[in-house]
Amino acid sequence: MFDLSGKTALVTGASGGIGAAIATSLHRQGATVALTGTREAALQAVAAKLGERCHVIPANLADPEAPAALVKEAEAAMGSLDILVNNAGLTRDGLLMRMKDEDWQTVLDVNLTAGFRLVRAVLRGMMKRRTGRIIGITSVVGVTGNPGQANYAASKAGMIGFTKATALEVANRNITANCVAPGFIETAMTDVLDEKQRETILTKVPAGRLGQADEIAAAVTYLASDEAAYVTGQTLHVNGGMAMI
Amino acid sequence: MSDVAERVKKIVVEHLGVEEDKVVESANFIEDLNADSLDTVELVMAFEEEFGTEIPDDAAEKIQTVQDAIDFIKKSTEGA
Repeated sequence: MFDLSGKTALVTGASGGIGAAIATSLHRQGATVALTGTREAALQAVAAKLGERCHVIPANLADPEAPAALVKEAEAAMGSLDILVNNAGLTRDGLLMRMKDEDWQTVLDVNLTAGFRLVRAVLRGMMKRRTGRIIGITSVVGVTGNPGQANYAASKAGMIGFTKATALEVANRNITANCVAPGFIETAMTDVLDEKQRETILTKVPAGRLGQADEIAAAVTYLASDEAAYVTGQTLHVNGGMAMI
Repeated sequence: MSDVAERVKKIVVEHLGVEEDKVVESANFIEDLNADSLDTVELVMAFEEEFGTEIPDDAAEKIQTVQDAIDFIKKSTEGA
């Protein structure tokens, strides 16, 4: 099950906790992976653990030209691209009344617009080969909202709508587009929380614990597999029961 | 002269997977060759690649038959 031998994948934000876990999981199932992100040393560290079948292609997705160039480079390195995981994302939290235009724009640019450009660039090859998997890492807050994250929630909700439209356009070409929506996951982002904040969060999570990056990676790996060929336009929530949608 | 026509037809045959003898000049991509809207976008992109020319959206919309494609490509590559 979920054999990805001979497949190729591009994972954005691959130096982060969830991105690295996704790349590792796809790689474990046999895929050749291209890791991208802004921090080259961190990407190299992930690549060193994976060994063979792994390429590092640093890129700054805030640059409008970067996505197309990145896809070209990944396709040249691996021969083609079967799986795109749009995982790169950032936060610029703040209450809406005080939110600056640039904090809004930066979050939308990286979390949503870069994803659009990447998908546009990969579709060409996927359409030709009549196969493809597009997976966006959205967030539970894209569906539920979260105070202090108007920009982030908008970008993540945008990704879900974008993914549905994409799925409709390319469904009859054997290309699927889906999202995975993590809840609270143990990463560098949640490591900074103190004990009290952690407790408050956990009161909202029926499972009684934070999620692991591997648990997000497992959902992505499923959606990337041949077994998920009939699943498209969906958002798979992985959140310990904190929101049931 | 017929070089453009031949290359266009070859692309159409390859992309739509239709019989060569059905790809006549008057053939309409959607009505005669069973293309859908995505196919026509793919065709336009394939023409752009093959002939190194850019086909703007408003021009692409008017390319409905094999002859339309040949005419547009001839015109745009001659002008260059």
